Amino acid sequence: MNETHHLRRMTIIWIVLSVAADLLFWFLVGPHVPPGRMTDMATSNQFDFNVLFVIAIPVLIGVWIYLAYAIAVWSAKRGGPEPVGGEAARTNRTVQVAWITITSVVVIFLAGFGTVELVVNHGSGGGEGPNPVWSPSGAIKAETAALAGTGTWSPNSNQVLPVQVIAQQWKFTYRYPTFGGFETSQLVLPVHTTIAFNVTSLDVIHSFWAYQLSVKADANPQINDVAYTTTNQTGRFTVRCSELCGIWHGSMYNYGSVVSQQQFMQWAQSTEAANAANTKFLPPFAWTYVPDANGAAGGYYPDGSATPYSTAEIYGAKQPAS
Amino acid sequence: MTERPLATTGEASTTSRTPWTQRPGWMSQHLGTAIIGGVLGYLFGHWLGNAISSNYAYIVNSGQNATADALALIFGVVGWLLGIGALNYPLAKLAGRQPEKEVELDHWSKYFRYSTNHKTVGLQYVVGVLLFMFTGGLLAMAIRTELLNPTTHYFSADTYIKIVSEHGTIMMMMATSIVVGPLGNYLVPLMIGSRRMAFPRIEAFSFWIFVAGYMVIFSALPYGGFPTGWTGYAPLQTQAGPGMVSYLFGFAVIGMGMMAAGFNIAVTIINYRAPGMTWSRLPIFVWSILATAALLTLATPTLFAAGLFGLLDKTAQTAFYVTEHGGSSYLWENLFWFFGHPEVYIMALPGFGIVGEILPVFTRKPLFAYKVGAAGMIGVSLLSFFVWQHHLFQSGINPDMRPLFMLTTELISIPTGFIYLVGMGTLYKAKIRFEIPMLFAMALYFNFLIGGVTGVFLSDVPVNVTVHGGFFVLSHFHYTIMGGLLFAFMAGLYYWLPKMTGRMMNKKIGLWHFWTMFIFFNLTFFPMFIIGLLGQPRRVFTYAKNLQGLNDFSSVSAFLLGFSFLIFFFNLVWSLYINPQKAPANPWESLGLEWQTANPVPPYNFERIPVILTDPYHYSEASAPAVADLGGGDELIPAVSSHDGSGVA
Repeated sequence: MNETHHLRRMTIIWIVLSVAADLLFWFLVGPHVPPGRMTDMATSNQFDFNVLFVIAIPVLIGVWIYLAYAIAVWSAKRGGPEPVGGEAARTNRTVQVAWITITSVVVIFLAGFGTVELVVNHGSGGGEGPNPVWSPSGAIKAETAALAGTGTWSPNSNQVLPVQVIAQQWKFTYRYPTFGGFETSQLVLPVHTTIAFNVTSLDVIHSFWAYQLSVKADANPQINDVAYTTTNQTGRFTVRCSELCGIWHGSMYNYGSVVSQQQFMQWAQSTEAANAANTKFLPPFAWTYVPDANGAAGGYYPDGSATPYSTAEIYGAKQPAS
Repeated sequence: MTERPLATTGEASTTSRTPWTQRPGWMSQHLGTAIIGGVLGYLFGHWLGNAISSNYAYIVNSGQNATADALALIFGVVGWLLGIGALNYPLAKLAGRQPEKEVELDHWSKYFRYSTNHKTVGLQYVVGVLLFMFTGGLLAMAIRTELLNPTTHYFSADTYIKIVSEHGTIMMMMATSIVVGPLGNYLVPLMIGSRRMAFPRIEAFSFWIFVAGYMVIFSALPYGGFPTGWTGYAPLQTQAGPGMVSYLFGFAVIGMGMMAAGFNIAVTIINYRAPGMTWSRLPIFVWSILATAALLTLATPTLFAAGLFGLLDKTAQTAFYVTEHGGSSYLWENLFWFFGHPEVYIMALPGFGIVGEILPVFTRKPLFAYKVGAAGMIGVSLLSFFVWQHHLFQSGINPDMRPLFMLTTELISIPTGFIYLVGMGTLYKAKIRFEIPMLFAMALYFNFLIGGVTGVFLSDVPVNVTVHGGFFVLSHFHYTIMGGLLFAFMAGLYYWLPKMTGRMMNKKIGLWHFWTMFIFFNLTFFPMFIIGLLGQPRRVFTYAKNLQGLNDFSSVSAFLLGFSFLIFFFNLVWSLYINPQKAPANPWESLGLEWQTANPVPPYNFERIPVILTDPYHYSEASAPAVADLGGGDELIPAVSSHDGSGVA
């Protein structure tokens, strides 16, 4: 059997299997790949995953076919021809150059593709830190207004809605600065709206992962981590903490929902009114909050009993607020 | 500067008189005195800590004093080193005395002593890493037990997270040394034609401090464990109980061992190559160990410093990682991963080296594209310092740098791909003998491919949003570290144990071991990619009900995977003790220099320093030159003991 024979066989098997597997994946599996298509970011991230997978399939199949072929055909048990050593078996410039070139081209293409997708999709739903460089239009304006307490949002206005996510051991709460800064444990979002999540933490590092929205941003104490997404479908989604944050990390999850803009408006206004009595005790809306002994912005020891020592001993007269 | 004249009991007479510290029997220095030293040091440190900081360093809710805990561990390790005799030499030098020479006993008890023979240290490491691995593996079984059911819990949430943390940390510590320790120490001098390592005492130190590190990290459990996972993120670290002190100091201790081992091995490879062992004749395994040694030496100091900062935060009330007091939680993340990513390649490169060494032997072909393979390892090692922020893509740190880190991360798959070029080229038109080492080597190519390709998914920032911090990552790194390094380690053990022990491993039991390990490894970890994509974060004790089927499948496979290790241990005991079969001098018909030595390897390795004539890959070549001239002519180089004290410092 001559040399080209082996390679030709393998190439034919490789092309047939790769094309078949790629087509099957793209049309059968691809549309169902997480995180789904609930938001623009989810849709594009699903597309990215599928593109990567379509490129990965020929790589996987290529190596596997080669290994299987070697095991089947070049086994000592089959008693084929003796292997030939020498210079020809040690190096082959064409093969080496081709290998390096092809892997380099694929890798650099992937990095370029990932970068374009990241920038075009305003950070792809990932945490972009306190000063996002790839903001959607209107986001900075909405965020600035939110902090100043002058932010507004109304249905069909195409405005960006800032929502603050406050993580603490072991729950998420949400503040809506455009609605008087009320705080709730329910995450409700309007559909067809760009949301600017401002994620922060009161204690350790958490990660806000709204799975179907394709949003993931670490919650760091005293850091405002911004992530954008644009909702496309109504429905329920899961929020989980995806950074180990202590004992109950596993049960730090809840559910949110994307509703129509009118429903959202109604919910927001009624919750704002219902919570008004509590909202006035909250610290003023800010990007981050510093828990301190007074508990004014959260408080580590709200009841003074979380430590084995007397709070009076530690803090003197400066008692935690009751 | 004038050397002190040798004492009358110096060079000449010590060869005839064994120093008391090295005598066989109880009245000398060995593991027992190390334990006594450790316990005394621990008690002293604990007392000292309470004496100097009893008023401020208490850990909330624990009744423990962090300074006392830290000093107890620090003095415990110092006592351990004193007890084993690691400090005899430097202390004697400090006191201006001529240190006693280490003497290698020809007695089984040498394995429990501070031995400066690289072959003894190699075998000590084999037992050490297997013990480490067995402990970590039992914890893995506990994790999979808890994940059998999302609502019925076998452990409390608290216990579970501590099991997870301990498993991760123990395994990561073990994996840094699993190849470099046993095989690196044992084989590198044999492969490069040296009679010893460059710094035998530092080599012995690296092993005994590795054992101390194991005990320090294990001490976290009686202290109540630590809840941070192996990554130890602050401020959770700052908040955690006294077990965290064991974690921080444990990594520092292991780090000292890693730096010592890396430094020693790098110097040995650079300076102790036999005449004629040019860089282009160096076995590929030695290249991989050199690349690893560079990473060990250069990356580990960062971990050491990070751990020290953490300890200071816990004991001296500094605020490196405390945001409220001007520190930063990002600081730990940066320092940890600046070490942590090179660390990942510390756990990959030696595996590549092992399979590169094994493939030519069992294919009877020269290693294909040797230079590309060596360049690939150096390339991986260099690039690994420029990728660490891909662990922090969603952390909000330097978001505009993400495209750069995405690029560097994906670039690293180019040199990693070289390893596949080498492997596939070597297999081409070969005559493959499917011995156990070869099966494990080929399994690496299968497993690592999945690990590598999923790594590209993780490095893509948009896809990373979904897969970061979930079971997808978990599966990815088990495929690279366990599927890659551990399979390579097994290949290496089956391949080199005949050299190291003079006994053949049983092939039939080996086949059972291989197939159960390979099949159940894949059945355990492959479903985890899907579990991760379906939204299960890492380190959770509960999960969505619809994921129970996949989790149970993974758990049951994991138990069977655990069982495959029992087969391995049984094979070890069977082949080494119950039914030992003497190994031929060169059972695999390898051309490697390590196989040209006598069996068992004499204490000084080579009767004469060999002169290397070519690289060891001239298989199936009619007029292939001999690999080395092992001497035998008239000009005999006098055989000196490898423990000749001169030049050892």
